[in-house]
Amino acid sequence: MTMSATLAELVRDFKANGRIVIVGASLAGLRAAEALRQEGFSGSLSIIGDEPYEPYDRPPLSKQVLKGWVPADHTQLPRFRELDAQWRLGVAATGLDRATRQVRLADGEQVPYDRLLIATGTRARQWPNPAEAALEGVFSLRSRDDAARLQQALAAGPSRVLVIGGGFIGSEVASVCRELDIPVTVAERGSAPLVGALGGVIGEIAAQMQRDHGVDLRCGVGVSSLEGDARGHVRRARLSDGATIEADVVLAALGSIRNVEWLEGSGLAAGFWGVGCDAGGRAFDINGVATDTVYVAGDVARAPHVLYEYQFLAMEHWDNAVFGAEVAAHNMVSLEPDYRPHLLLPGFWSGQFGVNIKSVGVPPFGDEIVFTQGSVKERCFAAAYGRRGRVVAAVSFDHGKWLEYYARLIEQSAPFPPPPPGWDRPDVMKPVPAEFPAPGVPTAIPDVVLTGHDPSGRTAEFRPRGH
Amino acid sequence: MRIVVDLNRCQGYAQCVYLAHEIFKLNGAEALTYEPNPDDARRLQVLRAAAACPVRAIMIDRLDGAERGAPS
Repeated sequence: MTMSATLAELVRDFKANGRIVIVGASLAGLRAAEALRQEGFSGSLSIIGDEPYEPYDRPPLSKQVLKGWVPADHTQLPRFRELDAQWRLGVAATGLDRATRQVRLADGEQVPYDRLLIATGTRARQWPNPAEAALEGVFSLRSRDDAARLQQALAAGPSRVLVIGGGFIGSEVASVCRELDIPVTVAERGSAPLVGALGGVIGEIAAQMQRDHGVDLRCGVGVSSLEGDARGHVRRARLSDGATIEADVVLAALGSIRNVEWLEGSGLAAGFWGVGCDAGGRAFDINGVATDTVYVAGDVARAPHVLYEYQFLAMEHWDNAVFGAEVAAHNMVSLEPDYRPHLLLPGFWSGQFGVNIKSVGVPPFGDEIVFTQGSVKERCFAAAYGRRGRVVAAVSFDHGKWLEYYARLIEQSAPFPPPPPGWDRPDVMKPVPAEFPAPGVPTAIPDVVLTGHDPSGRTAEFRPRGH
Repeated sequence: MRIVVDLNRCQGYAQCVYLAHEIFKLNGAEALTYEPNPDDARRLQVLRAAAACPVRAIMIDRLDGAERGAPS
């Protein structure tokens, strides 16, 4: 038998009798499981999730669910094929032993695997003072349960809501509050809302939009402390500029934390920005060597991206979870010549204050911005981001139909400023600094991050010289 | 029934809103919101809306409730 025939036989055998464990039962975990079956994997498939629910969709939680239109439990994701999987819901993974190929669960059980997919995503960063965070009326928003609780609090008609952090979640919640005619204050440490993701020029437009809708927006201030009443319900917040806000609902919208703690001691390149992997989803160990048995997908993955100078990119985006899961699943049951890369052009949307904000590419990779279409005044426009003379991203406000045009330009590394698409050109098309905050300036952590070239190598095994 | 709309793909043509306005709503000119788990009584309406989407952004459960109540 030739070598390639032997390998093909091994793959056939693995597809029939292998054991695959997926840790994480949200969008990425579900789509990976479906893709594995689609690829012809008929072996044992286990899906482990810390929440007690079947996979559900998170984007509606901060919009139609909070508004009270859609119940939080009406967010289950559609299924595209039978899975025949063992589900372990409501139990978290607490450890990974790569030597014996076992995942340890919170209830003490050990789940053996031949191939493992890490899709544990992120969780909401909580208000850092535990006593204040425990006050009644203080919320964060990531899960279905979070959304159900916050929705109830909004429906009770609070006198004022304080949103700490003007990122996408904070801004969307502020928008819902105004739609419900609830007074709302947004406290953002940066110079404007959305500044980390879209820069100061777009941030100023978002700020004006919030103020026009009656949001009490305060930028450049932090919240120093939260105070409760005798019954332990939050009543006011003190800001870093000395001001006091009376509020009976407080949302900490402080960005997310990647769920990597369970991987401590596993020898994988897991850290603050997630689990390092190659563009095919194969996890790196702490030395930067790709593993053949452990894969990563979704919010918790960080992989080098060819369009962005091979910097490691961490993306908390819906389609990154879907496509990353499909690629990882394919590669888990394929041999090297058939490996596929996860080369997604990042993209996201955010509905707020009646405007659809969409983006393609990585805006913070750019340092200049030019308005290319439409009218800023009417909040109906498109703008492109550039870096060193090439287009690297675009953003639109109610101009989503044009994003594909910009996506093609980004994929081709087209010159910046880009050629106008020949439609509704603004009078002035002059690039200006995009005004992203310098690294280290406090603001909510953006949901797309260039995490640098450096894998988490503190414990890397450096080769001694002279041997 | 369970549906999801790929809102990266959605361009706000709003054909779904015309065909199933109880399920799909526009917030402003372009931002679509929707009921992800509509009542089964709306199935035909939702299927028509999905078929009418010019960019095929509406994805519908293909298991059709066959294994309702238990994870597959």
